[in-house]
Amino acid sequence: MADPMRVRAAENGGIVDVKILMKHDMESGQRKDAAGKTIPAWFISTINVKANGKDVLNGQFGPAVSKDPFLNFKYKGAKGDKIVVSWVDSKGDKRTDEATAS
Amino acid sequence: MNMKNMKSLLAISSFALAAIAMQGSVIAQQVNDPKFNKLIKDGFKADGIAGLDRIDQDATQKFCSDPVFSISKQGEKMREKIQKINMDSIKQPSDGKYIGDWKKGEAIAQSGRGSTWTDKADTPIGGGCYNCHQIDPKEISYGNIGPSLTGYAKLRGNSQEIVTYTWNRINNSKAYNACSNMPRFAHFKLLTEQQMQDVMALLLDPASPVNQ
Amino acid sequence: MQRKLTLGLASGVLAALLMVSSSVSAQKSATEDIAKYREMIADGNPSELYEAAGEELWKKPAGPKNATLEKCDLGLGPGVVKGAAAQLPRYFKDTNKVQDLESRLMTCMQKLQGRDPQEMVDAPFQKGPKKDMEAIVAYVVTLSKGDKIKVSTNHPKEKEMYELGKRAFFFQGGPMDFSCASCHAEDGKRIRLQDLPNITTQKGAALGWGYWPAYRVSSGQFWTMQQRLNDCFRQQRFPFPIYGSDLTMALSMYMAKNANGGTVETPGLKR
Repeated sequence: MADPMRVRAAENGGIVDVKILMKHDMESGQRKDAAGKTIPAWFISTINVKANGKDVLNGQFGPAVSKDPFLNFKYKGAKGDKIVVSWVDSKGDKRTDEATAS
Repeated sequence: MNMKNMKSLLAISSFALAAIAMQGSVIAQQVNDPKFNKLIKDGFKADGIAGLDRIDQDATQKFCSDPVFSISKQGEKMREKIQKINMDSIKQPSDGKYIGDWKKGEAIAQSGRGSTWTDKADTPIGGGCYNCHQIDPKEISYGNIGPSLTGYAKLRGNSQEIVTYTWNRINNSKAYNACSNMPRFAHFKLLTEQQMQDVMALLLDPASPVNQ
Repeated sequence: MQRKLTLGLASGVLAALLMVSSSVSAQKSATEDIAKYREMIADGNPSELYEAAGEELWKKPAGPKNATLEKCDLGLGPGVVKGAAAQLPRYFKDTNKVQDLESRLMTCMQKLQGRDPQEMVDAPFQKGPKKDMEAIVAYVVTLSKGDKIKVSTNHPKEKEMYELGKRAFFFQGGPMDFSCASCHAEDGKRIRLQDLPNITTQKGAALGWGYWPAYRVSSGQFWTMQQRLNDCFRQQRFPFPIYGSDLTMALSMYMAKNANGGTVETPGLKR
């Protein structure tokens, strides 16, 4: 499994604010290294967030998202919600991490 | 204690007092410190084009590394000496041309590349001028370590005196100000004659965006 | 005729003022916008990813002695990490020298884990053993975040390092005659649009020393203080500063002591 994410979720007035920090090089495939060779593309393709087993966010990242992406979004939820974040990248590598809404 | 001893005691103490009083108003150059020299010598290794000769200070660098003495009244004589050494080393352009191409000059002013240990010996060195100066007023990303050069020729005119002064300044700013923050572009072969002629044009050509 | 002239003059002056102020405000709004951008991204500091990895490494057995770093003495006693970074550099009796965080971590890696410090010194930044170092540094400095910078010069070696560091700060060299002071010894200066803290003052020193190590967005990397110093020397066109050298201890001592009383804001987030 790839490097761990940092997932934080805080509930306030029925809205859960989710903050996710992902560790990923997110190579666009456009950059060249010091020798002039193109660095191959390698990026998170899809991301899914479930709260208590139900989808609250589905995303399609791509080469336009930069390194170590930070994702922040809100959904209607409650304290104690079990939040599970999963991503899959262009090489088929995966990562899943969880948090509880506090 | 007899009279003779008293007299010599008095003499010695007044001499000491005078010495202390003088010490208070005398600012001298930093003393050579072997511990410091070792700190510097053992602190670096050569890498790429950046050799250890770069930490061998010349007279200008030695003088200007002392922030107290270099700006003191006592340092005035040395300042003038340093300025003269630098002025004497300036060469006027070998082809007699002072003004080149301002468009190339702008590119040179924009580039801060070259001369670091990650650069190669043939990496073109830029002037890095925008790091410290405002130049073309359209460029908002400029530093303020040096004065603004916007309107350079518009404000000063193009007399031979101004042209020569500007050439000298670019070649070796320390000819005019011993501890100027500006690199000595000709002295250390950072810019070629052609590059300096192009930067001259950026400042002095009436068609340059600097003078619109 | 007089009226027309005055009116013409007035509107000319107004137009000139507006032009000047629009270029000044273009300048101001650029730096303001950059500050706004920094505020926006302050929440998702990727340094946290390094910190999490560093905490794991602190507790993981490693090296020929297969030991963890949990007994490492960073100045407040073996294993005490909280608040330690805020008091570094400091004199250590067991090594009889003034050490910064990275130098001290190398000592611990050697003494507790049997790891060879020369390997760490020789490794390029962001690679090999230095990757471990960067993560551990992120972890250690996070546990001083919010503390006051409190560095002592009571010990004679600490005082000596401070004075040597001060002299080194003003040492000019290289083909551009740069010293640290060329950029960092005056108020209100900037290179391009990058503000330069005046490290000779408490306020400026705290802005520098208190905000590095940091995650650098422009390179997507976490930079320790040693790496920050290294890249300064590169841009000064100096030769390569040796990792963990006394020179870097001295400069760190100078900056940290000047910064005393400031707040530890590390790990920072930089452009």
